[in-house]
Amino acid sequence: MAQKKSKLHELEIIVCIKPVPDPRKWDKLKLDPETMLLNRSQVPPVINALDLNAIEQAMQIKETNGGKVTVVTMAPPDAADQLQEALALGCDQAYLLSDIAFAGADTLATARCLAAAIKKIGRIDLVFCGAYSLDGSTSQVGPQVAELLEIPDLTHVVKLQIEGEGVKAECKTESADVIFESQFPALITFDREVNQPRLPGMVGIRRAKDISVVKWNAADLGINTDQVGLKGSPTQMLNVFTPTIGRKGEILQGSALELTSQLLSKLRTEKLLQ
Amino acid sequence: MDFDLPKEVALVKRTVRDFAEKRIAPLVPEMEATQKFPVSLIKEMGELGILGLITPPEYGGSGLGYLARMVAVEEVSRISAAVGVSLQVHHMGVATLVDFASEEQKQKYLPPLSRGEYLGTCAITEPTGGSDLLGMCSSAVSRCDGYLINGRKCFITNSHLCKAPIFVAKTGEGPKGISAFVVDADTEGFAYGREEHKMGLWGANTGELIFNNCRVPKENLIGDEGDGMKVALKIISEVGRAGMAATALGILQASFEEAVKFAKERTLYGKPISNLQAIQWNIADISAQLDSSRMLCYRAAWLKDAGRDCSIETTMAKTYVTESALQCSKKALEIHGGCGTMMEYNIQRFFRDAMVCISAGGTSEIGKLVISRAALS
Repeated sequence: MAQKKSKLHELEIIVCIKPVPDPRKWDKLKLDPETMLLNRSQVPPVINALDLNAIEQAMQIKETNGGKVTVVTMAPPDAADQLQEALALGCDQAYLLSDIAFAGADTLATARCLAAAIKKIGRIDLVFCGAYSLDGSTSQVGPQVAELLEIPDLTHVVKLQIEGEGVKAECKTESADVIFESQFPALITFDREVNQPRLPGMVGIRRAKDISVVKWNAADLGINTDQVGLKGSPTQMLNVFTPTIGRKGEILQGSALELTSQLLSKLRTEKLLQ
Repeated sequence: MDFDLPKEVALVKRTVRDFAEKRIAPLVPEMEATQKFPVSLIKEMGELGILGLITPPEYGGSGLGYLARMVAVEEVSRISAAVGVSLQVHHMGVATLVDFASEEQKQKYLPPLSRGEYLGTCAITEPTGGSDLLGMCSSAVSRCDGYLINGRKCFITNSHLCKAPIFVAKTGEGPKGISAFVVDADTEGFAYGREEHKMGLWGANTGELIFNNCRVPKENLIGDEGDGMKVALKIISEVGRAGMAATALGILQASFEEAVKFAKERTLYGKPISNLQAIQWNIADISAQLDSSRMLCYRAAWLKDAGRDCSIETTMAKTYVTESALQCSKKALEIHGGCGTMMEYNIQRFFRDAMVCISAGGTSEIGKLVISRAALS
């Protein structure tokens, strides 16, 4: 839960979200063998789960401190549905960045779009993202947006407090939980543990119906089309395949001493022991 | 034609499904064991906003309408038809106030009903019957400052969970001799009677309301004296029957899912039983009845939202969908073989719940009477 801050202005928070195929229906996801792209037609999109954590954190800050929450996504036109859901959750305004030129974007090309939109929206204090998306799992877009905006980023945050003119964040790393502090503006990416996202209430759904989603294309963003979509993506996908994981079991025979010797020998052969 | 739900209604459906799976499903075993309604759920439903779906925003609701209410009751009933029927009867109480109550009554009763301080109800049925309104015995005798009520209501959903029941009683003779009232539960002479036990919908509170020289002030009269028949018929036919159709639709959806899951998992003679034509044909029947039921339900609710006459379409939906839920839950139970009769399997609950839906809101015979009259007119 965000703590009360003593700040003169109300916070401007932008949450970047991504529509991903509904994880509950992933058994219906099929890979097109020719294009190597996912055929998503049988699986409806939903807001990426960790992005819901980001929205929840923004809502908690807004409820405690006041301010405004804006939600942004770069996605095909039907992503307006996910933006409506974000508005129903309490976000104040929504932007859909959609253009045929954005298609096939990798993380960097996506980040360029998002950063351009955030700059155009105006003053910001905080940019929130999920730590990673359930479909891509790269964890790259958030930090790339921060680099392009030239603001600090704190990733895999599991606890966030507003303190004065900045934030104090507990970040999860492989070896330890580390506490960082940053001044505004900053970009934060959240892990699942940070909170329990709420469901949109019926009153929120009714309210969202009356808010129009703002749609921006490449021209609106003033962005060079060579920098976005497939053309602007340095990542080139060569192949997509399902890795085969082979397992084998072997039962060793002998006395305890013999077994120990055999086991050590095998582990050294497999280079699992020096 | 657009068969897609409006976007906000689709979001209501997804949200309520999520809520039902996360918050209601864990309560079902306890409801089955105790036959008690989980009272803490009322506040949660209020916070989510599903108690105020047909309540205008100025009285604390969302006013999303009857199609949103239809999908909400459907999704709740997919997990627990007992909670679904409680929700739909709550909406009957709310609809009576929204459509017929005075401004003062709306201000007093609608906000707490939206917040989930208690559930609403609309008490019509008596030991003498429900569909035969003129046969009711409860009386409301005019006194200088109000009415003196005597009588007993039975089979009332949410009876003991409602702090301000709406009811009808006789203020005279004939169709204009029935009036509608709301009574505060702490009024002298009012009492909750016994709780009734049903063969299904365990956990939905059903019971009696007793009026014994109960003095109800004049300002508790809903509409004008003599409006009771009009109020009751409209609320039963357009709200109650739609709600029972939604409840049955949820049971039908759940039965379909259980049948498909079991048929794919259960192996006989080395193959899943879904490979057997006898099973496939039953699955096909359930699937087609589910789809046609949903069309009837959504159309009826769409007509209501459009402000058009929907009493025949709603009665058609109620009659067809409750019968379909019973037939399909039976087929789904039979697909389960002996397992279907075991209390550990949900399908026996769906079958028992579907049976209770047949008579609620008017039996299938009453439904057919209404439909055939319209067809032959």
